[in-house]
Amino acid sequence: MTDLILTPNIDGVDDFYAELIAAHEGLSKEDSDALNARLVLVLANHVGDREVLSQALKAAEK
Amino acid sequence: MFDDRYTLAYKRYPYKKSADQDAASPVRHPVVVMGGGPIGIATALDLGRQGIPTLVLDDHEGVGMGSRAICFAKRCLEVAGRYGCGKPMVDKGVVWNIGKVFNKDDQVFEFNLLPEEGHEYPAFINMQQPYYESFQLDRFEELQKDGAPIEIRGKNRIDNVDVHDDYVTLEIMTPDGPYTLEAEWLIGCDGAASPLRTMLDLDFTGKVFQDSFLIADIKMKNDDFPTERWFWFEPTHGGGASTLLHKQPDDVWRVDFQIGWDVDRKEEMKEENIRRRLDAFLGENVQYDMVWSSIYTFQCKRMDSFRHGRVFFAGDAAHQVSPFGARGANSGMQDVDNLGWKLGMVMRGEAPDSLLDTYNYERIHGADENILNSTRSTDFITPKSEMSRLLRDAVLDLSEKHEFARPMVNSGRLSVPCTYDGSPLNSADALDGPARSRPGSVCPDAPMGDDFLLNKLGDKFILLTIDADAPDMIEEAGIKVERLALSTADDKTGALRERYLGDNDKAVYLIRPDQHVAARRPSYDENQIRAAIRRAIGKE
Repeated sequence: MTDLILTPNIDGVDDFYAELIAAHEGLSKEDSDALNARLVLVLANHVGDREVLSQALKAAEK
Repeated sequence: MFDDRYTLAYKRYPYKKSADQDAASPVRHPVVVMGGGPIGIATALDLGRQGIPTLVLDDHEGVGMGSRAICFAKRCLEVAGRYGCGKPMVDKGVVWNIGKVFNKDDQVFEFNLLPEEGHEYPAFINMQQPYYESFQLDRFEELQKDGAPIEIRGKNRIDNVDVHDDYVTLEIMTPDGPYTLEAEWLIGCDGAASPLRTMLDLDFTGKVFQDSFLIADIKMKNDDFPTERWFWFEPTHGGGASTLLHKQPDDVWRVDFQIGWDVDRKEEMKEENIRRRLDAFLGENVQYDMVWSSIYTFQCKRMDSFRHGRVFFAGDAAHQVSPFGARGANSGMQDVDNLGWKLGMVMRGEAPDSLLDTYNYERIHGADENILNSTRSTDFITPKSEMSRLLRDAVLDLSEKHEFARPMVNSGRLSVPCTYDGSPLNSADALDGPARSRPGSVCPDAPMGDDFLLNKLGDKFILLTIDADAPDMIEEAGIKVERLALSTADDKTGALRERYLGDNDKAVYLIRPDQHVAARRPSYDENQIRAAIRRAIGKE
């Protein structure tokens, strides 16, 4: 069973963060929210592992 | 006629009439530097050590007041070290490694920078800018005593320049009236507002950020804070939208309050109003003296070109960044480091004029990297859209519990030297070695017994061999390149292997006078090394 990775795992994290912000540039709040929702689904599909996805949902809870 | 633009911390070079002012026709100087700030003085140190007569003209008579650039990074200290004034800086400066990040009022995480071992200089020091400038000026005077042909003239203000093909005419104002000089080369180190840029009607383009910051330097009377860097995102004390606290020498702490764009500067600068913010931040019981305060706004801009024929621009005059990441003075020092040896070689006739165009290429590369990094920090600290803020707050929320989010928190990415990838002076990388020492990189330091590698490299072209054969000296295109032969047998800490060899048993590096790697190979190949030398001086 794989565990959710909660240690730094992105090379060039500043580049990624800038790209993420740039993807939202010029969008209305509604369109931005919709982009985030699609992004969550795309990434979830990439992860695939049901157990990891459940762990991710927990980690994101406040 | 001579209004001071700022108050002096130290008067160092009072106006004295020069014989040039009474000359019948304008005297011509090889190099004139406009501006006696940290970058102008460093330029004179670099050129003066090469024996190139250099005249610095400054419209003030010493070092300006105010702590200003307080964070000096390793590369800056290494360059100052090569000029002979790095040690007193490190002795005076404060070194910190622990940083704390707060969201609202709660600490979300703490980090320890744990600097890499085996470097002569720390990753950075905090120190008031007037100290930095004074140490450079001490060295300037020492070099003068030793016969270096360098001079600085206070209250000499360049009011007009006329650029010709092979010299520049300067109209200078002094307390005794105007006079004219000529310079074969003019280097503008005259700061962010660069009058020289305006005189030449040159563009300075980029982004202005709609925010201002209030700096308050305070000396604690009855309390003490640790030597750490604390950064608050949106603290509820209301002192500022973000707040930064870190330590300087002499028990002085720097507090930076982000106070928004639409502020009444005069009102905000009143001591009672600064104290109101400080008291809200520190609590009622903390007593302190105010040492210095200032309000600053910032922009991320650069000139389209740092070279205009016989005129160069360096430091803030050429490029300006937000303060996050300490990339102002630190990048200016890298400009000097880059320009010094190139101008020296061209003036001595050892390299073609086109070598100077690579100053532009390489330092624009550096400026863009600095602007990119400092813009990202600024956008993280003051998000520009609702979604940007939501994501930023999500990162801060997650960073409290989850380590992965911590590298995403961006309150400034500390200045590291730029790698000149793709520079025309680089030869193709022929060694499957560590990425950090690929062609274009600045050489990482490493211990050499009681000494350090960078001291052994010095400021000339060097052929560094590690367990590899090569001639002790190679002369190409009029340049003598000495060999520095090292062996992993003497590399007790393993730093040399890790930083220069990787999985290889041996390697040969060609290193430029500014200690950047020009070429590297698994072994010595005469034709290839000769070609690399020619390329590194702009002859190929």
